[in-house]
Amino acid sequence: MLSEFRPCSEQVKPHADFENPVCACINGISSLSARLVLVTFDAMFPRTLFAFAAISILIVSCNQPGSDGIVIGEFASLTGKEATFGISSHEGTLLAVETLNAAGGVLGKKIDLLTEDNQSKAGETSNVVNKLISKDGAVAILGEVASSRSLEAAPICQQNGIPMVSPASTNPKVTETGDNIFRVCFIDPFQGTVMANFVTKTLNAKKVAVFTDVKSDYSKGLAKFFKEGLAKNGVQIVAELDFNGGDKDFKAQLTAIKSAAPDAVFIPGYYTDVALIAIQAKQLGLNVPLCGGDGWESQTLLDIGKTAVEGHYFSTHYASDAASPNVQAFVAAYTKRYNGKVPDAMAALGYDSAMILVDAIKRAGSTDSKAIRDALAATKDFEAVTGKIAINAQRDAVKSAVILQVKDGKFKYLETVAP
Amino acid sequence: MTGAKRWLIAGIVLAVVVSIFSAQFNRYHLGIIIDIGINIILAVSLNLINGHTGQFSLGHAGFMAVGGYTAAKISLVVSPMLPPALQPMIFLFALLAGGGLAALAGLGVGIPSLRLRGDYLAIVTLGFGEIIRVVVQNMDSVGAASGLKGIPKYTTLGWAFSLAAVTIYFVTALVNSTYGRGFIAVSDDEVAASSMGINPVRYKVTAFVTGAFFAGIAGGLYAHHKQFLSPTGFDFLKSIDIVVMVILGGMGRTTGVVVAAILLTLLPEVLRQFSEYRMIIYSLLIIVLMMARPQGLFTWNRKKGGAA
Amino acid sequence: MDWLLQQLINGLALGSIYALIALGYTMVYGVLRFINFAHADVLMLGAYAAYFLAPAVNSIFPLPSLTGTLIIVLLSAMICAAIGILIEILAYRPLRQRPRLTVLITAIGVSLFIEFTCQHKAVFGADTKPFPQLLPEHDFHLGGLVIGSNDLVVVVTTLLLLGGMWFIVQRTKMGTAMRAVSFNQQAAALMGININRIISFTFGLGSALAAVAGILYALKAPGIDPLMGVQPGLRAFIAAVLGGIGNLPGAALGGLLLGLLETFAGGISGLSNYRDGIAFAILILILLFKPAGLLGKATIEKV
Repeated sequence: MLSEFRPCSEQVKPHADFENPVCACINGISSLSARLVLVTFDAMFPRTLFAFAAISILIVSCNQPGSDGIVIGEFASLTGKEATFGISSHEGTLLAVETLNAAGGVLGKKIDLLTEDNQSKAGETSNVVNKLISKDGAVAILGEVASSRSLEAAPICQQNGIPMVSPASTNPKVTETGDNIFRVCFIDPFQGTVMANFVTKTLNAKKVAVFTDVKSDYSKGLAKFFKEGLAKNGVQIVAELDFNGGDKDFKAQLTAIKSAAPDAVFIPGYYTDVALIAIQAKQLGLNVPLCGGDGWESQTLLDIGKTAVEGHYFSTHYASDAASPNVQAFVAAYTKRYNGKVPDAMAALGYDSAMILVDAIKRAGSTDSKAIRDALAATKDFEAVTGKIAINAQRDAVKSAVILQVKDGKFKYLETVAP
Repeated sequence: MTGAKRWLIAGIVLAVVVSIFSAQFNRYHLGIIIDIGINIILAVSLNLINGHTGQFSLGHAGFMAVGGYTAAKISLVVSPMLPPALQPMIFLFALLAGGGLAALAGLGVGIPSLRLRGDYLAIVTLGFGEIIRVVVQNMDSVGAASGLKGIPKYTTLGWAFSLAAVTIYFVTALVNSTYGRGFIAVSDDEVAASSMGINPVRYKVTAFVTGAFFAGIAGGLYAHHKQFLSPTGFDFLKSIDIVVMVILGGMGRTTGVVVAAILLTLLPEVLRQFSEYRMIIYSLLIIVLMMARPQGLFTWNRKKGGAA
Repeated sequence: MDWLLQQLINGLALGSIYALIALGYTMVYGVLRFINFAHADVLMLGAYAAYFLAPAVNSIFPLPSLTGTLIIVLLSAMICAAIGILIEILAYRPLRQRPRLTVLITAIGVSLFIEFTCQHKAVFGADTKPFPQLLPEHDFHLGGLVIGSNDLVVVVTTLLLLGGMWFIVQRTKMGTAMRAVSFNQQAAALMGININRIISFTFGLGSALAAVAGILYALKAPGIDPLMGVQPGLRAFIAAVLGGIGNLPGAALGGLLLGLLETFAGGISGLSNYRDGIAFAILILILLFKPAGLLGKATIEKV
């Protein structure tokens, strides 16, 4: 799946500052010059001086390369532990940009998508977003899937007055950072309520257990809103247990859940953990419906979970087997571009994030970040792959969720829940 | 030591003066430069534990987390209550409080270290780092797993480098003092040191407490630089990053460690296109260095035992 | 009551895996006096070896079957033994006379190197791979209790291997030599023992154990990734320290205790979120109060 993925898209130009003599000096620090400078200053207390020698070289800023196209920056987790999500969303974004460029770009210009990898690491995101904005001169930023890293990027975009569109960060806090931060996905309170209603009404559950990944902000957030939804519906929560994402043995918690005899278990986790949980739940004879959120959606869930995940439910952003022509066209284009790979929700959202941003640039009629921001905020009835999107006053997308069921080793569309 | 003090003051003045012009810089470069300052503090303070005193701590990121979260929480709570003019005072107080709490954590790790050495100590410090992460992850008052957001941006170039200068000055002065020679003695041979009347226990604990204090300060700077903290940012790999700086610079060599901290902060930026190989290169670097140059890459014509 | 017994079963099954991994740590520590951090990664390599061998073996001995599994386990163990010996020769042997800290740092380096190389997309990739079903599975129900066949396999294998290791170390010529090397390398060398051969053998044996543990672990949780060894590796190391490092029955005891403690903590609502920290807290406590471990003997460093 990774075979034809490139860390930087083909639109990425070689970093222009390598030609800049001043910046060449910076790179030179990493060469032997360090040794020279050091020997020169190897006096009694040379360190401070050395540090400042390094800074004084760095002081002169190397400004962004001149570009003919419109520079859009994207940050994504292309390597590291959450790489699968980052790669999916990046592939969707890349497909959108390629499609748009093939159709002549926007405002008569081509779009330059600059992609930076944050290695799924905290602390790295702020560097790459700073680079995209201050060095590469991006007019807008796209990213990312994980809310914790979008939260790190958001203040930087806000302070620089650059609009940021997150494809799939569902935590409500992300857009609260400021008026430049947008998203194209629904938020956890909505998703949590949808699943709470589903569990209460469709599954008719009276007693529900919640099994949360304490390591993940996504999981904790979704669990919180799910529990609030249940409380509103008057459903009893009989057990609340936690696991750590990446654990392999869940039997201790599952045994406790089983002894509470729930009618359904809500597991707002990521697919690899969920698959193992489903297997071990089945072994322990915990034969009740398991439910979850969009973190479930991946082929890997089916590959690992096999029969154990059969019959369980989760909410997500779109169904690839939906009949809408928009979806069908996207699925066909994606499958063709990425050698038969079926797009998951992250890919669709990555695609939509780029599409909605470019639509705003078109309506703004300029690449001025302020104008783009205003146009983004005015988005209404945008026909996206993941449904009709309107941006509300909180800069969140107002859109519907779908509920899928695992059936015969496939994700089967069950129902659409409007906001 | 007046010469050293002069350097210290010159360093701070220079940092503050440069900082006044920091609005002129490209924000990306400014961010990286501040990263360098923070990493210098981290590396130099770890060097006191791992290098000068010859202990092996894998939990520096844990101390950093304690300091970072404490400082961030204090400025989040206190700064809305006080006028903006007092902001530097709040920041200084927050940093010191963060450092203080980290030092307390350092005391907690230092005490078990009395009975342990080498591999055991490494594992215990690793465990402490993990425990701190697990505790933070479950503390709702600091945002738990979803992280602490909206931390005011107080860290400037001046702050970062003034404190880096202070750290370097303090650690060097400590190690070069009569008292501080004991660190090296403990590192060279604990048994021989104690037979010379040096109390290894006291030195080890001092090293841990001091190192942790500065790591806490660095954590506070980091929090007010990145403006967002999440527990996953302080995992084992963050500790390894700092350890590599110390190893590359040469254990117990402050100059080398500072150079290594600068290099290892710049290198990933220069080699962004190859970021997928970064950790592979790091790990190979550790192995090769240990075989070929256990004294570090930037150590030359100094005989072992020199503390500078 | 059912709940308690079920947790006991869960804990024993988990603890057996820890015990099996801890055996490998303890063996290497016993002979070389250093922690082989890469042990946990050899475990991961064992699981991956089985993952790649399974389709080939499947064509001759259709899986799931006992014969097929035995062949896969044997082959993986051999591959890992070779890898372990190679690691020792390349990375640790050149450092044998150096300070222990140097070796320790190198071991961390080796561990990180294996992890990050395997995470690279050209090798295994960072994503989780589905592990094939090797053994026929059956769940035994005793009243309200459930015992999985895989759990039984884990417990029995651990017991057999523990016995086997004890036999090798105590009753064979090789084992005698191992103990001699552990006691005093120089004196052993003077007695005509080939130190390098003994150390290679120990590493090979330890790595083969890791491979078996890796496969059993993957059977229990059939999703494998390049970092799968890290958590159980750390826990197993703690188990080894808990039981007294260098002591074979101690490692098994430590593993079982840790597995039980984690399971009981994991089954309680307010505690399950701290499960990650429990093992480390135990480690720190044991090192504070009984650094030699439950079954270990305290040693005094002579000058």
